[in-house]
Amino acid sequence: MSRLWLIPILAGLILISLALGAASLSQDAGWLLMVSRIPRTLAALLAGAGLALAGVVVQQAVQNRLVEPSLTGTPEACMLGLLVVTLIAPGMAVAGKMLVAAASALVGMGGFLMLADRVPRQDPMLLPIVGLVYGGILGAVATWFAWSADLMQYLGIWMLGEFSGVMIGRYEWLWSVALLAGLLYVLADRITLLGLGQTQARALGLDYGQTRALGLVIVAALTALVLVTVGAFPFVGLVAPNLVSRWRGDNLRANLPVVALLGAMLVLGADVIGRVIRYPFEIPAATVFAVLGAGVFLWLLRKAAERAPHG
Amino acid sequence: MADRRNLWLWLALGLVSAGFLAWQLRAPQDVILVLRGQKLLALICVGAATGAATVLFQTIAMNRLLTPGIVGFDALFVLMQTLLVAALGGVGLAQIPGTIRFGLEAAVLVGAASALFGILLRRDAGDITRMILTGVILGVLLRGLASMVQRLLDPSEFAVVQQAMFASFGRVPADQLTAAILCLGGALFVALRMAPALDVAGLGRGAARGLGLDHDRLVRVTLMLIAVLVAVSTALVGPISFLGLLAASLARQITDTHRHAVLIPAAALIGALILVAGQFIFERLLGQQSALAVVVEFLGGLLFLALVLRKVRA
Repeated sequence: MSRLWLIPILAGLILISLALGAASLSQDAGWLLMVSRIPRTLAALLAGAGLALAGVVVQQAVQNRLVEPSLTGTPEACMLGLLVVTLIAPGMAVAGKMLVAAASALVGMGGFLMLADRVPRQDPMLLPIVGLVYGGILGAVATWFAWSADLMQYLGIWMLGEFSGVMIGRYEWLWSVALLAGLLYVLADRITLLGLGQTQARALGLDYGQTRALGLVIVAALTALVLVTVGAFPFVGLVAPNLVSRWRGDNLRANLPVVALLGAMLVLGADVIGRVIRYPFEIPAATVFAVLGAGVFLWLLRKAAERAPHG
Repeated sequence: MADRRNLWLWLALGLVSAGFLAWQLRAPQDVILVLRGQKLLALICVGAATGAATVLFQTIAMNRLLTPGIVGFDALFVLMQTLLVAALGGVGLAQIPGTIRFGLEAAVLVGAASALFGILLRRDAGDITRMILTGVILGVLLRGLASMVQRLLDPSEFAVVQQAMFASFGRVPADQLTAAILCLGGALFVALRMAPALDVAGLGRGAARGLGLDHDRLVRVTLMLIAVLVAVSTALVGPISFLGLLAASLARQITDTHRHAVLIPAAALIGALILVAGQFIFERLLGQQSALAVVVEFLGGLLFLALVLRKVRA
C-alpha cells in the first residue's frame, strides 16, 4: 500500500524531535527524554491527529470541504467557556474545566450549524467566510471578557498553540484523543453517509440528527482537549483531510488512519521546523502551521474554483 | 439635499468632539486640553481614513461587503513594519525622523499593496466570494509571516515592533500626527476630485470603458489612495477590521446615493463619529480603556453576517 511510506517519514520526524532541543542529550539523556522530549513529541502527534480527525467530521457534517473546526467559531467558544469558568471557579480541577470547555465548544458549534443551514450550498466559499466572521465575533466577546478581568495573557497562551511548555504531567489528557479516534473509526461509515446530505442519508436508513449530533460531540471534545492542553492550531483540520482525499479518494473507513497519521506528522513537522529556524529559540508550531496551512488553503481554493461549474 | 445630510454629520461630530474635549475638565486645563486634542485628532484621522478607504475599496471591487481590513490590507501593513525593523534594526529605525519614516513606510506599503491587491482584484473580480476568501486567507498568511519574522528578531527589536503594532490612542507622537493629517488630507482631496470618475467606475469595467474612462488606471490610483489611507490609520492605532464596514454601510444608508462626492465625506465623518463617540462613552463614562475596538469588531461582525445572509437570500 502506498500509505506505508508515511511511516519511515514519521519515524524520522520523531527521532529528530527527540534529538532536538536547547539542552544537550549527553548528560542525563534518559531523564531529559522522559520528562520533556517524549511528552512533547507525543503531545504534538496526538494533537495533530485529533485536529485532523475533527476536521473530517466537520467537513462531512456541513458538506463543505473548505471548513474546519477553527473556521466554525469552535475554538473561540471553547475559549469563552474556559474564561468564564476561570472567573467563576478558578480552583476547579482540570477535568472539570475541560468539561466546561467541551460544553461551550459544543454550544458554539451548534450556533455555527444554525448559521450554516441558512447559507446556501451553491457557493462553497461562502460558508468559510461566515464561519470566520462568526469566530471573530465570539473572539471579540472573549477578548472583552479577558480584558475586563485582566486575563489577556492567559488568553494569549491559548490563542497560539505551541509545545514548549509540554512536560510530563501536562499532556496526559491528550491520550483521550486516541480513545475518541477509536470511537470515530467505529462510526466511520455512518459519518460518510452524513456527507451525502440529510435527504439521501435518511433514505439510506441513517438517523441523520443523531449521527450528526454524535459526530459534533466528538469534534467539540477533540477541539477542547487540544485547546486546553496545548492551544489553538488553525488549518490542521483543513489541510490533512483535503490532502488525503485528493490522494486516495473518499473511503472514510480506509482514510481515517491516514488522516490521523498525516495530521500528526504535519503538526510534529511544524514543531520541528519552529525549533530549527532560530535555534535555540523557538517559533510556536501554530505560527509555522498558519503560514504553511494558509498556503495550502489558497491552493485548494484555486483547485475548488477550477472544479466548480461556475466562477 | 445630500449636502444638508452631511451638514448634520458635521454638526454631530463637532458636538461630540466638544464633549470629548470639555467633559470633566480639571486643574491644569491647558495641558489636558492639548493631550485630549491630540487624542481627538488621532481618533478623527483614523475613523475618517478607514471610512473613506472602505467606500473606495467597495467601489473598485464592485462589492458592498468588502473592507480593506477583511482582505488582509492591514496584515500586509504589519508585515511591512516588521520587515522594516528586521532590515534596518530597531536602532536604525529610531534614528530616522518620524515624518520620513512615515513616508517610507507608506511608500513601501503603497507599492506592495497595489501589486498584491491589483492582481487579486483582476484575477478574481468575477467571483466575489472567492476573492473575499482568498483575501481573508492571505491576511492569515501575512499575519503568520509577520509573527514568524517577529520571532526571528532580537528581543529588543521585537519590542520595537510590538510597540509599533499596539500603539494606542494615548500616545500618538505629535510629528507623526501632523504627517498623518497631511497624508489624510491629501488623499481625501484626491479622492474627492476623482469622485465623478469613481461614480462611473461603479457601473462596472465594461460600462465605464464604454463611457471613455481609463478604468485600469483609475483602479491603480484608487488602490494607492486606499493604501495611503489604511497606512495612516494602522500606523496610528493598529488594525480595526470592521470599522470601515460599519461606516461605509451607514453612509450608504443615510445618504442613499451613489455619488462619491457625497458618499466619501459621509463615510469619513461617520467613521470619525463612531470612534470619537465610542471612545468618549467607553473611556469617560464607563471607565474602560480598550473596549472600543472590541465592541466595534463585535458590531461590525454582526453587520457583516447580516449583510452576507441578506444578500444571499435576495
